[in-house]
Amino acid sequence: MLQVSGAAKIYKGQTIFSGLDLCVAQGQFKVLVGPSGCGKSTLFDSLTHVINLDQGTISWNHKKLTHLGRHAAYMQQKDLLLPWFSLMENALLPSKTGKQNMNLMKKKAEKLFARLGLKGYESHYPHEVSGGMRQRCALVRTLMFNRDLILLDEPLSALDAITRRSLQSLLLLLQTEFKKTILMITHDIEEALLLADEVCLLSPIPMVIKEQFVLDWPKPRRFNDPRLLKIKEHMLARLEKDLDREAG
Amino acid sequence: MKLANLISAALVAGILGLWEGATRIMEIPVFILPPPSSIFATAIIQAPRILPHAAITFSEIILGIFLALCTAVPLAIAMFAKPTLEKALAPFLVASQAVPVFAIAPLLVVWLGYGIASKVFMAWIIIFFPITISLLSGLKSCDHEFRVMFRLMNASFFDTLILLYWPWALPQFFAGLRVGVTVATIGAVIGEWVGAQQGLGFLMIQSNARLQVDLVFAAILWLTVMGLGMWTLVGFLEKKIIRWK
Repeated sequence: MLQVSGAAKIYKGQTIFSGLDLCVAQGQFKVLVGPSGCGKSTLFDSLTHVINLDQGTISWNHKKLTHLGRHAAYMQQKDLLLPWFSLMENALLPSKTGKQNMNLMKKKAEKLFARLGLKGYESHYPHEVSGGMRQRCALVRTLMFNRDLILLDEPLSALDAITRRSLQSLLLLLQTEFKKTILMITHDIEEALLLADEVCLLSPIPMVIKEQFVLDWPKPRRFNDPRLLKIKEHMLARLEKDLDREAG
Repeated sequence: MKLANLISAALVAGILGLWEGATRIMEIPVFILPPPSSIFATAIIQAPRILPHAAITFSEIILGIFLALCTAVPLAIAMFAKPTLEKALAPFLVASQAVPVFAIAPLLVVWLGYGIASKVFMAWIIIFFPITISLLSGLKSCDHEFRVMFRLMNASFFDTLILLYWPWALPQFFAGLRVGVTVATIGAVIGEWVGAQQGLGFLMIQSNARLQVDLVFAAILWLTVMGLGMWTLVGFLEKKIIRWK
């Protein structure tokens, strides 16, 4: 279980967030939705130790930590594949730097390549495949971190709508098949509602959780599900109100 | 590309033609400006005499490059790993470049003698700087997100260097090396001008004094061939090694 309590970050005199509490239960898929520039990425940066929190605590499985560097894998909008390595070599990077048994890890990666629709592309280089494939490879690499917690920072926002659909179902596998605990940031409300067990709607800066939605109906979900559409309308209205207030 | 090649070829042919024509029509004495045709002829006919000198100059350059690589690469990596070291050494590196290396060439001959050592040293200190600086800035140009990813993987500095920083810096390293091989030629030749018993620079000074200007030009021609050859070789290696660009 991931628990963030009383987190605060002040940057150049501006409060990005303060007194922020967040909890992701074991095996839960939690999504944070908010307008761009609301401080979501700052929160992730402090979880991954790019920056330090000014206040507050982070704990993972009831153990207090300064950051999640050793417990989380991280995937973001950029695929971050190294152009000088093949897809397989890229996927094996966490195993290599972690000094794990490479033969064993290679077998594991091969299985993941097949499962995520990359079979036959193991020896291709990143520039030889499409953006969707690169992101699939980034997903394999994320799984090869072998960590229980996965942080997703708008992982699909650089992809076109059709590719995004097929990758959304793969993201769902992280939870259903690989039993990961997931915290995702997105500004795509529909994506959030398709994937999440719980969605937190965030305010513009300073960031606070304005509203939480528990979505307890089964997945995979359809985007034209009336329950989903109703929540979407509601969330959009709230976001618009915030934006109007900001503009006014 | 084809058209560009054609234009370059036409330009070279035009200049050579003008030169050839001018020397013949104006009857310029060969000991002042020989026509290109006689320079080419001398370069080929006198090759047995020129090439041993060229071999000496070539080995000076190669040794200079080798020494520069052996020192610049570890230094750039050390400065990258320890920013304090970079801050401490940067003023010296810049100052060393402000000293006109050619001006200390006579001193080098006094200290290291008329042999090959003073020229190797000259080539070394000239190319040391561009290689160090380009490699260092290449290493530093690595994207922040990649560093964060490697940190999340708990990768050691050595692993990160081999897997991420070094390949990342390679294009800039090669850019520095390209500059390096070109200026190394200058360094070696100046060293030979100041005091030597062999080498293309020595041959040029000697022939100049004897008014054998065609031989001076022939030596320059061979130097140019050598410089171009090394430039091309570095470019070839770059293409072979950096296949992802």
